[in-house]
Amino acid sequence: MALIGAFVLQLLQMLLVLTLAPGLVGLVRKVKARLLRRRGPAILQPYRDFARLLRKETVLADNASWLFRVAPYLIFAAIWVAAALTPTFATGLLFSWSGDIIAIIALLGSARFFLALAGMDIGTSFGGLGSSREMMIASLAEPAMLMIVFSLALIAGSTALSTMAEYMASPEVGLRVSLGLALIALVIVALAENARIPVDNPATHLELTMVHEAMVLEYSGRHLALIELAAALKLLLYISLIGCLFLPVGLASANAGVAALLWGLVAYFVKLGIGGALLGLFEVSIAKMRVFRVPQFLGAALILGLLATLLRFVSASF
Amino acid sequence: MLHLAFDISHLLAGGLVVISFMLLYQDRLYSLLNVYALHAVVLALAVAWQAYIQDAPHLYVTAAIALGFKAIVIPLALHRIIERLGIHREIETVVGIGLTMLVGIGLVALAMVVMLRVTGGAQPIAREDLAFALAVVLLGLLIMVTRRNAVSQVVGFMSLENGMVLAATGAHGMPLVVEISVAFSILIAFIVIGIFLFRIRERFDTVDVIALDQFRGERR
Repeated sequence: MALIGAFVLQLLQMLLVLTLAPGLVGLVRKVKARLLRRRGPAILQPYRDFARLLRKETVLADNASWLFRVAPYLIFAAIWVAAALTPTFATGLLFSWSGDIIAIIALLGSARFFLALAGMDIGTSFGGLGSSREMMIASLAEPAMLMIVFSLALIAGSTALSTMAEYMASPEVGLRVSLGLALIALVIVALAENARIPVDNPATHLELTMVHEAMVLEYSGRHLALIELAAALKLLLYISLIGCLFLPVGLASANAGVAALLWGLVAYFVKLGIGGALLGLFEVSIAKMRVFRVPQFLGAALILGLLATLLRFVSASF
Repeated sequence: MLHLAFDISHLLAGGLVVISFMLLYQDRLYSLLNVYALHAVVLALAVAWQAYIQDAPHLYVTAAIALGFKAIVIPLALHRIIERLGIHREIETVVGIGLTMLVGIGLVALAMVVMLRVTGGAQPIAREDLAFALAVVLLGLLIMVTRRNAVSQVVGFMSLENGMVLAATGAHGMPLVVEISVAFSILIAFIVIGIFLFRIRERFDTVDVIALDQFRGERR
């Protein structure tokens, strides 16, 4: 019986991330529109977009290989698994033993690999351009991400996200400068990985410096729906990651009562709301960077991650 | 209580190291000065916190000196110097930012390895303050080495001095007289450097120190 309960909870989390992801994208768009004094589309608009895309016919280029057709499913599956393994409202779910932060980064990395391959598959110049830029950004963002993971794992004593979140929620964490540095670095990496504004503009198909949209330019119909949904899931994943590591308020443990789980759910909604609103606010208040400044931006994240690890060694040696 | 005291002093001293990195990263003179003022403010906070946990009232005076002179007077004066020299748009570094930052990380690691090994028997807070202070001093030296503009070299020197103050307050029992005399000697050094800047400028029409090397007959 307990096994069934745990299974239901895990299933609930998988469905929860899937249903919330488009809403989060809608929320960010709404916040941005309101801040620009536009009315903006409804928060539910991304759901309608996905429904429409799923009904539409899929157009394939003549020279598209099997990879082009398979890639959207692979990308979606990898990112959905990663998002479902990240603690959202509760820690210690049935599959949380596999929710290792390095495994999650590897899942995201493989999704990015297939996306870049698919971008080059048709052979249009835009796709190849997007892929090469995506790889450049990834090659800078991943070392930074690993440094952040090292410093967090050294503090929490584990790389399993559930254990890390439980440790962060306990009072023995205290005030640590390493955690602050890791948070800033993680936010920078999250902005770059999700193709948000200082690195890439998610709202345009026309800009010459676009990255993510350039790769998915050839996709249509259900393939496009899957890729866009995967992008939304990735945004949700990063916000829940930041939420569970740096703001573990209300995070329930899986064998707690129904009340605690509901409270965790409410806290999770609040965190997502705050994260989305802050992202929107940040995006309207900053201009997009030149592509050649991206290495500096991500280099700052790498340096902060390194510093966080170093500073953590000082306080650990007592 | 001890744990929290340690955490806060760790936070402030670590913040000082991070701001040193920001100094290393800034390539515009005005923002360099603003970051330097921030450096001094954090130093004042760190010193005041040390005064509180060591129960040493004279350290409050040190904190006040740091806040008054280093966070307000010196940045304002440097601001005026930059305005009068008309160099506020100049951007200069000798080597690239990326390489400088990597060297900086190496120096911080070095400072920690050395200090944690040498100060085995001391109190945790003092040990940690010394390690961070050495890192700030080394980063200040690095700023002086990587800059060509004399004004930013002055800023590097001042941030180095902030590191020394941090080290001095971390160790127990530094007399107030020493502290005040150090503060004033820094102020006098600052005045001398300020006059010197105008002399360099008068003679060479620039505050780029490469001009001095060439004047000595060295080749680049």
